[in-house]
Amino acid sequence: MELISPTEWAKDLVQAIQDWTYLAARSIGNIFRHPRYVSDTLQQADLIGVGSLPIVVLTGFFTGGVLALNAARTLEQYGSLSLTGQLVSISMVRELGPTLAGLMVAGRNASGMASELGSMKVTEQIDAMRALGTDPSKKLVTPRVVATIIMLFFLTIICDFFGLTGGFAVSQLGLHLDAHQYWNNAYQTLEFGDVIIGLIKPLLFGFLVATIGCYYGLTSRGGTQGVGRATTQAVVAASILILAVNYFTSQLLLYLLK
Amino acid sequence: MPAPVAPAESPGRTTDGQPQSAIVLEDVSISFEGNTVLDGISFSLERGETKALLGVAGAGKSTILKLTMGLVKPDHGNIWVLGQEVSAMKEEDLFELRRKLGMVFQESALFDSLTVRDNVAYRLIEEGVPEDKIQKRVEEALRFVELEHTLNMFPGELSGGMRRRVAIARAIVDQPEILLYDSPTGGLDPVTSTTIIELIVKQRDVYHTSSLLVSHRLQDAFTMATHYFDRSKNRMVPVNGAPIDTRTSFLVLRDGKVIFDGSAHELATSRDEYIREYIS
Ligand SMILES: Nc1ncnc2c1ncn2[C@@H]1O[C@H](COP(=O)(O)OP(=O)(O)O)[C@@H](O)[C@H]1O
Ligand SMILES: [Mg+2]
Repeated sequence: MELISPTEWAKDLVQAIQDWTYLAARSIGNIFRHPRYVSDTLQQADLIGVGSLPIVVLTGFFTGGVLALNAARTLEQYGSLSLTGQLVSISMVRELGPTLAGLMVAGRNASGMASELGSMKVTEQIDAMRALGTDPSKKLVTPRVVATIIMLFFLTIICDFFGLTGGFAVSQLGLHLDAHQYWNNAYQTLEFGDVIIGLIKPLLFGFLVATIGCYYGLTSRGGTQGVGRATTQAVVAASILILAVNYFTSQLLLYLLK
Repeated sequence: MPAPVAPAESPGRTTDGQPQSAIVLEDVSISFEGNTVLDGISFSLERGETKALLGVAGAGKSTILKLTMGLVKPDHGNIWVLGQEVSAMKEEDLFELRRKLGMVFQESALFDSLTVRDNVAYRLIEEGVPEDKIQKRVEEALRFVELEHTLNMFPGELSGGMRRRVAIARAIVDQPEILLYDSPTGGLDPVTSTTIIELIVKQRDVYHTSSLLVSHRLQDAFTMATHYFDRSKNRMVPVNGAPIDTRTSFLVLRDGKVIFDGSAHELATSRDEYIREYIS
């Protein structure tokens, strides 16, 4: 293994961030330019949205369930078991729904994008596309970014809902709470700000997942091994960034919405 | 109001603005990771002319084609294609020009998740050509390379020679003004190679497309220079003293420089030691 000097490493990192920023900015700019690849976008939306639905539903359901289980143990000590719905609801909508849906889509689709575009890159299909007069940024990147942002938005709502359902299942079957009370509690506690935070996050996460997946794919080199490496790096980078950005958006939005 | 300034005369354009040469490279240099690959390359390709680029592996032949397409940028020097200065254009502005060029990549670079039909039709679909026209043009292009029966197959299901022919069909479907062939016979058996050379000669003599052709087999390039496509016989035949100009020339690269640029005859009678060894 060759050692890289810290300055070399820092230079590469700055260069990578710069390249990613350019790719990301262009992917959004393309939305306002011709040609627009609507059918490619729909195809990606199907792949990302419909494809990720089962995994997001299951993740949401079980997380909601385990939240209720743990919340109940603490709340019971204070005799306020009835607040279970409230706890599940706040955690799911504000933090866990967006984060979990984001992480699931990162695992499934950032990797998929990196490996698909990476294979195209190392077999010169990207160059062939450019040579045929098509802008890969318009044909490949923008449809993925747009589709991921829109689909992750809805997947998050679905994840939230199934999280609440999971919490409800546990409170009904395990804790024997009143159904009406659970849902009422869950609904009443949500403030406008919570919902806004919970719905802005998936837009950011979707943008991150798709641009990072495409970036690693389009910059991969070194044959099939290089594509494998790009795929892993894309998932790692997207996941870490989702968690980091989640923290900072929570901070920021809580401050702004005060 | 100031008088309109006449466009500066440039090697790619005459004073009346008409493109003169198909391709002009002027003092072009490029290096990758500190290795100088091309070092002050200049040559031009006239309209309707075919030029074979020769040189050992790694000499920078593919790089010249990619520079011409604007897929990579030179570190130094200027490149004009059909009168436009590719080396000074932004990526966004190059797509328009690239549609007038066709390129056959060294490894074919077919879209492996599209069928042969969709690969060949790619450019037409992008340009929004009506479906019935696309079908007709695709069939025509595939008939040209004698692969009509592979319409619904995927590139992975074809042999190397067939993939190369599909790549040619994809490049010619829109009848580009310039064709760039990267080692079209590389790694193929002699029979398949001859088939492909015949196709290229046919394209040259039937449509008079200007082309740059990379070859590491000198024999192929000589065959092209000494044969023409006889339309009545529908095959390639030797010139053999007939008053036919195949308009095919040669360019030899060595250590990043052009060491020869001229006709087949000049190449065969060259006194340069390296060239004599190369062609022997
Ligand atoms: N994208 C690239 N990155 C780094 N090196 C490159 C790249 N493209 C070409 N090279 C290098 O440039 C040299 C010439 O390559 P190429 O033009 O493909 O040669 P040829 O086609 O004549 O065999 C080779 O040494 C190759 O390693
Ligand atoms: Mg090459």
